[in-house]
Formats: sequence, C-alpha cells, structure tokens
Amino acid sequence: MTPKRKKRLYIILALVFGTGIAVGLTMYALNQNINLFYSTSQVADGEAPVGTRIRVGGMVVKNSIKRSKDSLQVSFGITDYGKPITVSFTGILPDLFREEQGIIAQGKMDNQGIFQADEVLAKHDENYMPPEIAESMKKKAGTE
Amino acid sequence: MKIKFPKWFYQLASPRWFYDITSKLLPWFAIAALLLMVIGSVWGLAFAPADYQQGNSFRIIYIHVPTAILAQSCYMLMAIAGGIGLIWKIKVAHVIAKSCAPIGASMAVLALVTGAIWGKPTWGAWWVWDARLTSMLVLFFLYIGVIALTSAFEHIASGDKAAAVLALVGIVNIPIIKYSVEWWNTLHQGATFKVTEKPAMPSEMWIPLLIMIIGFYCFFAVLLMSRARTEVLRRESKTDWVKLLVERY
Repeated sequence: MTPKRKKRLYIILALVFGTGIAVGLTMYALNQNINLFYSTSQVADGEAPVGTRIRVGGMVVKNSIKRSKDSLQVSFGITDYGKPITVSFTGILPDLFREEQGIIAQGKMDNQGIFQADEVLAKHDENYMPPEIAESMKKKAGTE
Repeated sequence: MKIKFPKWFYQLASPRWFYDITSKLLPWFAIAALLLMVIGSVWGLAFAPADYQQGNSFRIIYIHVPTAILAQSCYMLMAIAGGIGLIWKIKVAHVIAKSCAPIGASMAVLALVTGAIWGKPTWGAWWVWDARLTSMLVLFFLYIGVIALTSAFEHIASGDKAAAVLALVGIVNIPIIKYSVEWWNTLHQGATFKVTEKPAMPSEMWIPLLIMIIGFYCFFAVLLMSRARTEVLRRESKTDWVKLLVERY
C-alpha cells in the first residue's frame, strides 16, 4: 500500500471506531431507556418509576387468569420467576395470550399494587414447532 | 506493512473486466435464484407444518427472515465497497456501493412491512418502539441517506465519497441490530438461526427457510450485477470499449 492509501485507511478506521465508541457510550448511558419493559421483580422492588406509564414483561402465572362475568375486564398474575405482580386489563387480549405465555403490559401501578394495563402484547420466542410435536411434548410432561 | 492482494482483486478495478465477468456470471445466479426461491416458497408456504401457537401466520418467516438478513448483509457490502473505493480510489467499488443502496432499502422495507403484518396478529400491535424494530428503521433511513447523498453532488466522485463516508459511519448500526435482542428487553424474539446452535425449530421448518435465504442471496447478486453493469456503462459511456459495445447492438 502506498503511504497515501495507508493514511486514508487509518482515517477510515478511526472514523468507524470513533463513531462506534461514541454510539456505544451513548447507548450504555441510555441502557435502561432502551429496554422496552421492566421485569416484574424490578417493579416489585420499586426500581421502576411509580405513577408514570411503564411497560412490564413476564410470563402469565398458571391458574391466575380471572375474567369478569359481565365485562371484558380480566386480571392475571405475571412473573419473571422472581416476584410476581397482578395485572388488570379491560379489552381484547392478543391471540397468543394464554397461561405461561410471555406478555408485555403497558400501564400504571395503582395504590393497591395492581398494575392497571391499557395495552397487552404477547411476546413470542424463537421456538417454533408443529402442533403434533407440541402435543407429544405435553403428553411426555404429563406422564413423567 | 506491505499487503499483497491476489490478481483478481486488481482486475476488479477495471470496469471493462467487471462488465465481462458479470455477463458470464449473471445467468447462473439468475437460474439458481429462480430455482431456490420457487422450491423454498412452495415448500415453506404449502408443505412445512404450521406452528402450534401461531398457526399459518408464522409462514411469513420465509420472507421476513431472508429480507431482514439481506438488508444487513447488503449494508455491510455497501460500506466495505465504499471503504475500498475511498482508500484505493477504485471506480467499480463505488459503482457497487451505489448499486447496493436501493436494493438494501427495498429489502429493509420488505422486512419492516412483513414484520408489521406478522406482529399484528401475534403480538397485538403493528409497531412497537423496541430496540430491534427501531434499529431496523434506522437502517432503512441510512439507506435513504446514502441514496440521497450519492445523487446530491454535481460531480459523481464527490457524491460517491460522501455516500461512502455515511455508509461507513452507519456500519455501527449493524451489530446493534444483531445484538439488540440480547442486550435489551425487546418484544422481538431472538435470532432464528445461530452459528453455534441448532435452530430452535424442526428441520422440516428450517430447511425451506435456509433454501429461501440462499435463494434471496442469489437474487440479490442478480439485482446487484444488473444495476452495477448499467451504472458502469453509464459512467464509462465516453470510453472506446463502451462505444464499441453500443455500435455492435
């Protein structure tokens, strides 16, 4: 490489690494803001801001879904397998909503420590399987 | 430090050689792209089993994942080609970088749109400002910026240089897209394909996906070569070999 090209190479490397470091530090500083949601333990421990709209994510606790008889109101527990919290929501839940499904709820904590959600999203994971395999896995889990 | 590059690397610098070699390669990639994409989409859309939770809506993965991967690979290629063009002043490298931008932008749009269509029934929302979705949108804006900068100058060389610098700066976004789902809590799920692990789906689901991804890469090569060839002819229109070529037709 000629000295001129070498110089240009170094300038470009410096440019890429410089922006990389700048962006990296910015994101490190904004770390908590980039997270889409708080975990239920963070909310229960008071790490999440109170009285403002936040998102909480966790798995729907088994046998915790209680539906109101005369309205669309539904309440359920969600947990990150640490500390669970109770969520109350009025509206139509996404198709994937079920027990032990990961969900993200947006809303506010009320005075009784119940999370009043105005939006519930289902979180899907990267595991896909055909229905037959899911069925046989369920059976296996039941017999063991 | 003395770096010796193989002969073909220097030959690539010749627009004429590039034009000749791509005219030989183009039909092969076209055939491969057609075959793989037809096999992959028929297999994926009609024969692969449905997902136990999402049913048939998961099949959008066969378009979404290849376009999303390609949008990122295309950006890497564009930035590296731009860098080579800046350092070695190779005309063909800038031609390739310029030809990458519109293709990558289209792939990014396809990935965003298919993701939104899948997100509505699965998550319950078209769009969420999580790290993965936002960084992908930034990638699309970077492409738009590169396209705009390339054509914003009167001199081709100035536009090429400016666009290459933007492309190189924007390359920090690529690892952010890739690792966003691991670094932060996101609604978007983790990667379907990992280098170190087996995919988290049975083979009758991921083999058609892999075929689609390779097919999309071939399709990308076809698009890129066609665009780059046109651009080479446009930029070299005053040279003898292009004049000769035009006369022959």
